[in-house]
Amino acid sequence: MEMLSGAEMVIRSLQDQKIEYIYGYPGGSVLHIYDALAQQEQVKHILVRHEQAATHMADAYARASGKPGVVLVTSGPGATNAVTGIATAFMDSIPMVVICGQVPSTLIGEDAFQETDMMGVSRPVVKHNFAVKHPSEIPGLIKKAFYIASSGRPGPVVIDIPKDMTTPTDKFEYSYPEAVPMRSYNPATRGHSGQIKKAVELLLEARRPVILVGGGAVGGKATAEATELAKTLNFPVSNTLMGLGGYPSTDRQWLGMPGMHGSYEANMALHGSDLILSIGARFDDRVTNATEKFCPTAKIIHIDIDPSSISKTIAADVPIVGPAKSVLVEMLALLAKSGKQPDAEALSSWWSQIDQWRERHGGHYERNEGGMLKPQQVIEALYQVTKGDAYVCSDVGQHQMFAAQYYKFDKPNRWINSGGLGTMGFGFPAAMGVKLHYPEAEVVCVTGEGSFQMNLQEFSTCSQYGIPVKIVCLNNHSLGMVRQWQDMNYESRHSQSYMQSLPDFHKLTDAYGHKAITVKTEAELIPALEEAFALKDELVFLDIHVDPTEHVYPMLVPKASMRDMWLNKTERT
Amino acid sequence: MRHIIAVLLENEAGALSRVVGLFSQRNFNIETLNVAPTEDPTLSRLTVTTSGSDRVIEQITKQLNKLIEVVKLVDLTEGEHIEREMMLIKLKATGQHRDEVKRTVDIFRGQIVDVSSSIYTVQLTGDQGKLDAFIAAIGETYVLETVRTGVSGIARGDKVLSI
Ligand SMILES: Cc1ncc(C[n+]2csc(CCOP(=O)(O)OP(=O)(O)O)c2C)c(N)n1
Ligand SMILES: [Mg+2]
Repeated sequence: MEMLSGAEMVIRSLQDQKIEYIYGYPGGSVLHIYDALAQQEQVKHILVRHEQAATHMADAYARASGKPGVVLVTSGPGATNAVTGIATAFMDSIPMVVICGQVPSTLIGEDAFQETDMMGVSRPVVKHNFAVKHPSEIPGLIKKAFYIASSGRPGPVVIDIPKDMTTPTDKFEYSYPEAVPMRSYNPATRGHSGQIKKAVELLLEARRPVILVGGGAVGGKATAEATELAKTLNFPVSNTLMGLGGYPSTDRQWLGMPGMHGSYEANMALHGSDLILSIGARFDDRVTNATEKFCPTAKIIHIDIDPSSISKTIAADVPIVGPAKSVLVEMLALLAKSGKQPDAEALSSWWSQIDQWRERHGGHYERNEGGMLKPQQVIEALYQVTKGDAYVCSDVGQHQMFAAQYYKFDKPNRWINSGGLGTMGFGFPAAMGVKLHYPEAEVVCVTGEGSFQMNLQEFSTCSQYGIPVKIVCLNNHSLGMVRQWQDMNYESRHSQSYMQSLPDFHKLTDAYGHKAITVKTEAELIPALEEAFALKDELVFLDIHVDPTEHVYPMLVPKASMRDMWLNKTERT
Repeated sequence: MRHIIAVLLENEAGALSRVVGLFSQRNFNIETLNVAPTEDPTLSRLTVTTSGSDRVIEQITKQLNKLIEVVKLVDLTEGEHIEREMMLIKLKATGQHRDEVKRTVDIFRGQIVDVSSSIYTVQLTGDQGKLDAFIAAIGETYVLETVRTGVSGIARGDKVLSI
């Protein structure tokens, strides 16, 4: 048996877990671990400039790859700085393992220097957390953390390690377990076949169906099956914000996103539907609008790995608890076996109704001929220049919604955004995390001048490691999404939503040794994007000035149903 | 409606705080809560009484089940069950009232477990309603101090909550 210190066990366990990169920031309580890290090469460490960025990097890597990301931070302020990123991953069910230092166990509870009760602080925003009580527990707890983080409904797991658990001279037997069975944790491995059968019967009877594909289909790697099912049945499909790319957006059967800023046709179709098949979508309030007015004629089949997501906000008629992939495989088999098809005539009139809705709106916006760029136009240009094949990592605000609406994702795992928590500052580190692992891919951060300033210090990390992401900043000189709400609900009193004293982004980018391009006109737009993407090895910041008065539409009317929308500043349904 | 949920929990540090935290995070109410290790020292058994619509109760049981340290749970109110709570209560017992208190304790099958010249300390077991009724019968002005364990419950018949 090999004898290792707790610190060495941490790093060895990560090696045995085949972790390539971890993201973090050192400090007193993790110095032993950092020393063990320095004595090997297999696990590479990215030194961020703020712990929040480390968590977003790990999180975005997980979103792009489906594998858990790993973070290492010190106790106290290191750990609390990581909390926003942990909460972000938690809300979107992203697998992540966060290793936090802690003051020595002998000092816990004494308000020691840099002591924070991270078990308590993180508890509401983790899938689970562990405190190490003895160094020999470390390999087992790390294995459990990875297992819990990435199985069932994924989520972040925190491991709190007091400094005295990692003392270099205290050595213990090391072995990394193959498996860590837990009597109290057994996520469903397949759906109930009786329920699946019932669901298939409903699908075959449907006359006005919609398939709703959520983040669970992406996380559950079930998007191919979802697509096959939609194709087999000729049903229309809508992807939630978290599910974008889960069904190809350029396909005829795709309706767009549902909800607050969903497409007109998706919201109308859902409202008028007689059956919704939800695959890993959780009927979030930003989708449903007023739950009591939600889709009054629809029966609901709800597939989810997490039973508590089913009938939480919207009651399901046929709940199916299980992994989306295996459930859909069974559904497809049953459908094939039945030899039946839904009523073709009913479907064809449903489709002609949908086509009418499409014509009515279909993502229309007005350009300012010869005037300021419209943000939508920038996203369309980005789509064109990147041939629809980039990883798009978004921040939060209007730019996020424009990106979701106008960049057409045909593949899953390409749209990376903080959907549940809505964390400004997410986009840039997220893009870094993706680019690091997919150096050949085009990785772009779509951001606003507000969001970008929440993690711009990471320019420095990009210089250190040479991470050539492209940053498309839709600079509207305002906290646009806040401003839009103030326009709509507060008689345009722009309380604190105007970004005064913006930095000179050109000089700022320069200072960190990166390249900046400023874009103010339509003529400059495509050439600037092309130039940026041609510079394969350089981080390029595109400061694109866009119309600050633009609003995101459609927009659901508050406390109403899904068919109640503002379509532009003056017209509502 | 009021529900009694019995939970088998890994007997680990912090497990209880997750249960309690869950109730406050998700805006569920707790009326009573008690917890102690079982005959298997790796497990604690927790009984919580709560109330809410069917939808809320469904969420409570699902969310509890989701906690990694929850091994098993049952909503006892879904079937026949026995519910008990224990109360220790200090009652003013002076003059002619002293006998009256004694009689009431007997009627409720309580036990006087400690006596001083002016006070009876009484132990009483029963369901919540019985304990409430006892206090009402004694009259609140005579009650000096109460301590109640909160409800414990167990299913009737052959049903067993174990792993
Ligand atoms: C950390 C954080 N703080 C506050 C908010 C609330 N918020 C949502 S959008 C937004 C404005 C974002 O401004 P910007 O990044 O410039 O994007 P824009 O809406 O202008 O495109 C704000 C303040 C948030 N989502 N996250
Ligand atoms: Mg802005």
